[in-house]
Amino acid sequence: MNDVEKELRVRRIENGTVIDHITAGKALSVLKILGLPDSSQGVVSVLINSQGKYGKKDVVKVENRELKVEEVDRIALIAPNATINIIRNFNVTRKNRVHIPSFVEGIVRCINPNCISNSNEPISSKFAVDTENINLKLRCYYCGRVISEDIDKNLL
Amino acid sequence: MKFTDQPIISMNDFSREMIDHILTTAEKMEPIALGKQKSDLLSGKILAVLFFEPSTRTRMSFETAMFRLGGDILSLGSVDASSIAKGETLADTIRVVNGYADAIVLRHPKEGAAHLASEFSSVPILNAGDGAGHHPTQTLLDLYTIKRESHLEDLKIALAGDLKYGRTVHSLCYALSLYGAQITLISPRELSMPEEIVSDIVTRGAKINEVEYIDDAIKDVDVLYMTRIQKERFPDPAEYHKVANKLKITTDSLKNVKKELKIMHPLPRVNEIDTTIDQTSHACYFKQAFYGVPVRMALLGMVMGAIE
Repeated sequence: MNDVEKELRVRRIENGTVIDHITAGKALSVLKILGLPDSSQGVVSVLINSQGKYGKKDVVKVENRELKVEEVDRIALIAPNATINIIRNFNVTRKNRVHIPSFVEGIVRCINPNCISNSNEPISSKFAVDTENINLKLRCYYCGRVISEDIDKNLL
Repeated sequence: MKFTDQPIISMNDFSREMIDHILTTAEKMEPIALGKQKSDLLSGKILAVLFFEPSTRTRMSFETAMFRLGGDILSLGSVDASSIAKGETLADTIRVVNGYADAIVLRHPKEGAAHLASEFSSVPILNAGDGAGHHPTQTLLDLYTIKRESHLEDLKIALAGDLKYGRTVHSLCYALSLYGAQITLISPRELSMPEEIVSDIVTRGAKINEVEYIDDAIKDVDVLYMTRIQKERFPDPAEYHKVANKLKITTDSLKNVKKELKIMHPLPRVNEIDTTIDQTSHACYFKQAFYGVPVRMALLGMVMGAIE
């Protein structure tokens, strides 16, 4: 593929944030977690199954908005290798990897249908994140049930 | 050790040192629980009793514990006649009731309810069972029974019955692992203890042995903890009867056991312990039900700041 074709697919952004190295196929879940495009005034472009140096990946570009690291850290649950690049005047001014938070609130639904967090109580779901193993585990703060797979299928 | 205002939600929150302290305090409460001594330790204090599900032993022993210490209780009464029937959330109920009482004991059908309640309450919450979740005061009274009637150190215990769904046995095994107990699990394969719980308990220090039949498995144990097998777990009634009969004990089953063996059961029993055993020195289940009183007295006194 030549540069022109690349340019046609998703163009460079002048100012904003590029979330790169998202696990292939998870870009739409990333948008959901970040509340995009609702929380953004600018154009949001999404690249799914893009060929990267280490295989297929997804990329999300958010124009005219600089996302905060803590904000983007929440996507680490489903895209642990993602990087956040802050773009100013077409240049990368800051690049960070996402950090897996030790506690997440209001992102994931508990898989236990009888958990109090799945009722009409005025609370949001809370999970402690266990990163000791390669597979990420979320333990519900309320009922203790563990979610170890398909986290993106249980996004709120 | 201070427990003032500390919620009692799950056994996972207790260290061995904390458990030992509660059991020692419970022992001091026993003469009061038996009515041999009078106490006004909790005079002027009010315990709100919120039971969203039926209960006999837990509810009555909490109420007795409060009365024996000179305190008062405030009961929710029937859920149907309360604001809950109008759709009030648990959070709102707790926010209202915590203005009326010095502590709240809660039983609720949903897992995690006690955690939620403690977020919305300025007075301590005592979890008396949250769905299939935790029931820490039952575990503490089980441990107390073992301590009083047998011994917690170097304990050999067998647990028989429904080990898959029984929250009582899961929680008891976790607690016993703190004491390095040797645990024999007796259950039909379809009701065996979930693998992740078994591996957790082993990691914490217990030794586990799993068998399907009672027979010789209870020959060397100090305590046999029986549980009820619930009929509704089996789609086929014939299958239920087959399994239930395998896990039934009679005086014949006790021919080769230790003289000191104690048999426990959280009650209610159906037919897993033959009534002829009630007369033997092995039977311990009614005493176990009584021990709920001194244990709950100790906890109430501690969380309400009347004792350390």
